[in-house]
Amino acid sequence: MKEHETLEQRLQEQGISRRSFLKFCAAMATMMALPPSSASAIAATLAKVKRPSVIWLSFQECTGCTESLTRSHSPTLESMIFDMVSLDYHHTLQAASGFAAEQAREDAMKEFHGQYLLLVDGSIPIKDGGVYSTIAGRTNLDMLLEAAQGAAAIVAVGSCAAFGGLPNAQPNPTGAVAVSDLIKNKPIINISGCPPIPAVITGVLAHYLTFGALPALDDQGRPKAFYGETIHDRCYRRPFYDQGKFAKTFDDEGARNGWCLYELGCKGPTTHNACATTKWNGGTSFPIESGHGCIGCSEPKFWDAGSFYAPLPAPTADVSSAAKAAAVIGAVAAVAVGAIDRGKKTQAQQSREKLTVDDLKGE
Amino acid sequence: MSLDDISIKIATDLNSIGSIDALLNEIATRLARFVATGESAMIDLKSLPFSPAEYEALRTTLGRGEVTARLETIGDSELYETHYPGVWWVTHYNVEGDVVAELIEIAAVPAILHSQPEDVQDGLERLQQQLSKK
Repeated sequence: MKEHETLEQRLQEQGISRRSFLKFCAAMATMMALPPSSASAIAATLAKVKRPSVIWLSFQECTGCTESLTRSHSPTLESMIFDMVSLDYHHTLQAASGFAAEQAREDAMKEFHGQYLLLVDGSIPIKDGGVYSTIAGRTNLDMLLEAAQGAAAIVAVGSCAAFGGLPNAQPNPTGAVAVSDLIKNKPIINISGCPPIPAVITGVLAHYLTFGALPALDDQGRPKAFYGETIHDRCYRRPFYDQGKFAKTFDDEGARNGWCLYELGCKGPTTHNACATTKWNGGTSFPIESGHGCIGCSEPKFWDAGSFYAPLPAPTADVSSAAKAAAVIGAVAAVAVGAIDRGKKTQAQQSREKLTVDDLKGE
Repeated sequence: MSLDDISIKIATDLNSIGSIDALLNEIATRLARFVATGESAMIDLKSLPFSPAEYEALRTTLGRGEVTARLETIGDSELYETHYPGVWWVTHYNVEGDVVAELIEIAAVPAILHSQPEDVQDGLERLQQQLSKK
């Protein structure tokens, strides 16, 4: 197996200029929700890190998470897969098959024991000894327990690996569970979503490489940079909610005017994800922008949380009276608060000559 | 059939929202600081929630000034000075033409336009190599 070189060496070999690398880091900063001025600090660190070995295990899943990642718009698949990490095993993407493929996984596990990143998509069925999903004659359960032993950290990609997802939905015939239900002695980061936003997958990997640690997590084990706020809080239709303007059906005046979809079952207020700002399909739009409410796919048990079209049980604020008057001020404040959060680093920067990655740590 | 026949219209009444005013105030504050202290600043537009109409309103309000620059590296990048000197609109695309970063940069010249010392050194070596062949 080829010795893992640094990203800088890798880019130099390919004749990629420093300016290109800075541009790449600007895209990374945007992705990681860091202040854009931190791009040069990120570049300085990323250039020196050794590309980690990544083993990707796909269990009880639909391959939608891999589909999402391979259509990742920032950075391109090439730069992410071939430059940032050394993807040593991914049974859908790798050229090798059969014995050679499994050998690659075993080699990587042995050579980089204690250092490799383990990415998992799909839930793990444990009923009847785990017989409901097997690879090369071995159960997912067996393979996960083995691969987890030598992992530096585990990234659970998608709602199935993070929370059990669709296979775990009632009545859960295969006894599907999440990675965190089985592995207790390794750091686990949950990148939930069905599928997760591709930029979030790559953003977490970039964060790990830049800071040498996993990002700050919320109570569900998800990175706060992406899951810290609800869809509702960052939705461009939020001012209509505050004004009490709701679409009542999918083809009424309110729907045509782009009013809030709360009464049509939008799960935005209880769903934590970055769709409203990061968006989908190369930054084109997100479900609410296309006129459909959020279905809450990044939250645990979203399949069993009732109809996608039934309104949430209670409003999170009094929407009809006082909110109307405060709406304009509220919207201005919401944008300003976002700017202030990001401005913190700029302030830190003012007092120093140069921003370093250490300044960005402790978020 | 004209656009007017399509029953869905982009909301144009933005007075009720106010997000753009908040951002313009932010830009004005940073620009004033740049004038006073020379401190440059960047605002990440992709982190802010805009409706398509608000985004267009922001573009129209800032307008285009005298300078446009284009980078051709891992996809194009377009950098242009807005109608307000010192306020630059920076859009980075990847090779597929998707927007990977979109920023407002407040500076005399956007940082990425400067030649990078490592690249200059590399270029010098290549030029010297070229000359030594003759």
